[in-house]
Amino acid sequence: MDKPSTVKILKFHPEKCDGRLACEKACSQVHFKSDEGGEKSAIRIIKVGKSYKMHVCDQRGLCIDICPVGAITRKKNGVVWLDKNICIGCQACVGFCPIGAMRKSESRIQPFKCISCGACVRACPYGALELVEVKIDDIKEIVYHKLGK
Amino acid sequence: MVQGQIPIEEYETGNTKHKWDLKKLRFAHRVLFEYNYKKGELKKGYADRTLYINLTNKEIKEKKVTDEMKKKFTGGRGFGLKLLWDSIKSTTRWDSVENDLVITTGPLCGITQYPGSGKSLCLTISPATNIICDCNVGGFVGPYLKFAGFDALEIQGKAKDDVIIFIDGENGKITVETAPLEETNSHLLNEQLTHMYASEDSDKSRQKVAIASSGKGAEHSWWGCLNFSFYDIRRKVPRIKQAGRGGLGTVLRNKKVKAIIVKVEKIHGLSNNPADPETLAKVGTKLHREIRDRDRYQCNMRAVGTGHLVEIMDDYDLLPCENYRFGSFPKAPKIYSPKFYEYFTKIIPDGCWHGCTLACSKTVDGYTVMTGPYKGQKVTVDGPEYETIAAGANMSIWDPLWILEFNFYCDTYGIDTISTGTSIAFYMEMYEYGILNKDRCDGLELCFGNTEAVLEFLHRIARGEAGEFINVASKGIRRAKDWLIKKGWGDPQVIEDSGMESKGLEYSEYVTKESLAMQGGYGLTLKGPQHDEAWLIFMDMVNNAIPTFEDKAEALHYFPMWRTWFGLNGLCKLPWNDIEPANNAQTNEPAKVPEHVQNYVELFNAVTGRNIDKKELILQSERCYNWQRAMNVWMGRGQRKDDWIPYRSMGPVTETEYISRKERYDKQLIEKLGLKKEDVDKISTKEKMKILYEYRKDQYQKLADAVYYRRGWTPNGIPTPQKMNQLGMDDPKIIEMLQEKINEDEHAGLNVWGGKYTKGEKPPTIQLKYWEKW
Repeated sequence: MDKPSTVKILKFHPEKCDGRLACEKACSQVHFKSDEGGEKSAIRIIKVGKSYKMHVCDQRGLCIDICPVGAITRKKNGVVWLDKNICIGCQACVGFCPIGAMRKSESRIQPFKCISCGACVRACPYGALELVEVKIDDIKEIVYHKLGK
Repeated sequence: MVQGQIPIEEYETGNTKHKWDLKKLRFAHRVLFEYNYKKGELKKGYADRTLYINLTNKEIKEKKVTDEMKKKFTGGRGFGLKLLWDSIKSTTRWDSVENDLVITTGPLCGITQYPGSGKSLCLTISPATNIICDCNVGGFVGPYLKFAGFDALEIQGKAKDDVIIFIDGENGKITVETAPLEETNSHLLNEQLTHMYASEDSDKSRQKVAIASSGKGAEHSWWGCLNFSFYDIRRKVPRIKQAGRGGLGTVLRNKKVKAIIVKVEKIHGLSNNPADPETLAKVGTKLHREIRDRDRYQCNMRAVGTGHLVEIMDDYDLLPCENYRFGSFPKAPKIYSPKFYEYFTKIIPDGCWHGCTLACSKTVDGYTVMTGPYKGQKVTVDGPEYETIAAGANMSIWDPLWILEFNFYCDTYGIDTISTGTSIAFYMEMYEYGILNKDRCDGLELCFGNTEAVLEFLHRIARGEAGEFINVASKGIRRAKDWLIKKGWGDPQVIEDSGMESKGLEYSEYVTKESLAMQGGYGLTLKGPQHDEAWLIFMDMVNNAIPTFEDKAEALHYFPMWRTWFGLNGLCKLPWNDIEPANNAQTNEPAKVPEHVQNYVELFNAVTGRNIDKKELILQSERCYNWQRAMNVWMGRGQRKDDWIPYRSMGPVTETEYISRKERYDKQLIEKLGLKKEDVDKISTKEKMKILYEYRKDQYQKLADAVYYRRGWTPNGIPTPQKMNQLGMDDPKIIEMLQEKINEDEHAGLNVWGGKYTKGEKPPTIQLKYWEKW
């Protein structure tokens, strides 16, 4: 199987953001068929002072190795994907994500994450979000082990 | 090689691949009897029924779990006790036809959100002790049994030929079939059966099959363990965890059961149907994060499993070396955890149940077997864990590869590494003293460190080649002691004092000599000397946190009760205190890890929908703990004499041991016994040992006095009817039986304290029959 070498990840231009969270609403539509945003969105825009900050998965894939049932894989397009039909809801990936980007909503036991689908990019009227292509080798991370003593 | 993010289908263990004609194996099966059942949904952690199979009468039936049963026995080990009580007699022994082998789950068993939540509890009458032995084991069998529809499985009777029991949760059917052609040894048998019974030829399908089995060693020794499988989709092998202690595998093979197979239709995050899934996810995620951030600085479980304890025990003089004579050894660094880390396969989720991120189940993949029937083959070795490595130290084996070899064969032969290692260590010491020799050991040179002889011993047991020594030695230390004494070889006192068994069960791998509380933690137990009731060495010896008898008794009340609770619920103890919150040391009672106790309260309520607090949680345990003790009494044991421990676990048996810790012992003679320094310097080591011997034995008796009193028992260690009534365990038959035993003790003058109390010392109470006033 050919392994993907690049992946698209989200890039945020805070100066263009107006904080109306159209991106979050679009995202919750993708994951939960709901326009609530917030807890049901894989992308979160957080107000910091007068500006904004984006909080979202960067596709580093540390969660792949921690899944006991192999529900998390890197797809052909490089995106780290959680298959909710295989997932057994253990929350190991949620707990171990170093940036807290694997999310859990109260409406279902399986977590969810950004799949770089671009719905948020299209939803933003000001072009504050874009998908940029990066090399997987530059961002890849594996589950931490202390390497002996 | 450290790599990550390898697609699971591309993982390679490098193990030898086997090709079997599975159709031929299966074609040879003959269904003896079967039973169809209605599949049902779990309700708040319970299936509300148990499964009963009688191999003699060819009967299969369901038993209802009542609310009363849940209230009194909670689940798991508690249910096991209840089922045993209903099925066996006081005269039942391990090989009696009516002996029951019970596998139970518990209401929290099978949740995936909190680490360590997939444990099964196995109970039976043990060949080693003639009383109930309970073991806590990982793997998928327990959770799958529940998801298939049963809180417990009870096997009574014996089959005529080798059978397998197949619980098909996919189709709601149970079959008992002959299985003449399959392998017996676990690593091969599990692979055959996993492939044979999976619904489809895929790893995801194979992951839905779990197997309990044993091996050839269990047929010919009393050390038989149960191997519980869990299929690893990356390694593509069924891995195993052991219900090791007390010969449960021996009972399985005595019933002619080759394997119990459980298959589920599906598993998902809420298979347990908990009352409040959100709390489970929240509490679970909190612990995952704690493990992520802190494990590497605390126990390093995720990297090396429980093996990290080897270096700690060696540092604190607690690692059992050469049959517990010493607590540390110059060669010990050769078997410290980093040595095993080199061999462990890395970057794989190593939990024995889904969602356990403490991930202590390490393996060595592609290990090349050095001896015996599988010599030259490459296999996956599950482990070694601390106890197995320390058993190596006990036999003076200081080579990680030989410890792996020992581990592999014990597992696949279905024998307990602890009992096997501890027993062989004793035989080795007897060999050193000339009490045993090559002739008396059927030609085996069982001297310390002789790894080839150890493995040859195991192979002979598995082959069933019984010379006189092997026949007796494979039944464990207690029978070997009797045999040596009967033969008149050596000083009976040395033999009694050196063999590390109590109640007939071999010690697990800690040196208890310098911690009185820990001696109680091993001796004042239900099933025998196993550290799963209390581990108090650091509290007692290092931190001096429980100085008085009363303090020690409180610890020997609380911790055994607390640890019993894991077994009632189908949980693992490790995520309780082998990972601690950042602020734990600043809490009032760091040894109890209060935040984690609260986690468990929340988990229990979230699954069952009940509303208990941490006090009720201890009460749940007390009910079952006292019930089990009462059953031991009913079976003729469970009294002070049965809680006795060998002197090797209390103090120095040999002069070498005394000299190795001379400063400590001399100091004790001066400070505790009031001897003058110049006198201590003058008298011989032998004399000093004798004084210490009497003192330490008396200390142990005083400890037992305090503990029995705290637990609500008579001075002879019998649970009082008053205590049982308070706990609501008021079954008239058991109350009456206890009263009779207490009356008999009264008649025999046994209702008196065991310690010798001199001026200024007080027993727990001076009131006679104090319990009658409760």
